[in-house]
Amino acid sequence: MKEITMEAVVANIEKMTAFVDEVLEEAGCPLKKQLQIDVAVDEIFSNISKYAYPEGTGTATLQVEITEDPRTAEVTFIDSGIPFDPMKEMEPDVTLSAEERKIGGLGIYLVKKTMDGMSYEYVDGKNILRICKNIDE
Amino acid sequence: MLKIGTERNDGKLTVTPEGRLDTTTSPELEAVLKDNYEGLQELVFDMAALEYISSAGLRVLLAAQRVMNKQGTMVVRNINEAIEEIFEVTGFSEILTVEKE
Repeated sequence: MKEITMEAVVANIEKMTAFVDEVLEEAGCPLKKQLQIDVAVDEIFSNISKYAYPEGTGTATLQVEITEDPRTAEVTFIDSGIPFDPMKEMEPDVTLSAEERKIGGLGIYLVKKTMDGMSYEYVDGKNILRICKNIDE
Repeated sequence: MLKIGTERNDGKLTVTPEGRLDTTTSPELEAVLKDNYEGLQELVFDMAALEYISSAGLRVLLAAQRVMNKQGTMVVRNINEAIEEIFEVTGFSEILTVEKE
């Protein structure tokens, strides 16, 4: 398992995705799936950066683990910010026209749709959000 | 990382984003578009060199589509498979005009 901890600020998203990319490339993850995981990291880390610490800043830890049979990437985000369960977010209505569309809620929805699994727990004052994706060819 | 190429000919603007259109880089594209809306009738995105797009990038495209609905046309070309799937699951393939080769 590989792990990185950084200040939860939008400016660090690029470093977070670069870290995940390195692990995925080493694991032979197909490019399309790697890009989907990158998008998920962008969405979740930017959410933590914007909302987890309303009164100042804090850190976020990201763990990446590759398991076999089938080969799966598991990415876990841990922060000590305010409790937030993205699984409970309302799903956006994706059938509306450009004029009717609301701006929010799309990010987490995208993650749910492109990952194979997503789970959330709040333990010992920490938000623990886990996503997983089958990365077999 | 995002590089944004632009080519403006009177009322037509072609935008060629290269790299990743995400939370960090989407404001750059938004700024380029805002500078160009005046007198714009035809907006073309050539996505051949774009790796991926996150919800922040989708929001910029949605805003652009709303502007162009009022003053002209907008098309998106040459998207890769990852971006195509993002457009599909978010319903953006219905909102945007996506041209395939």
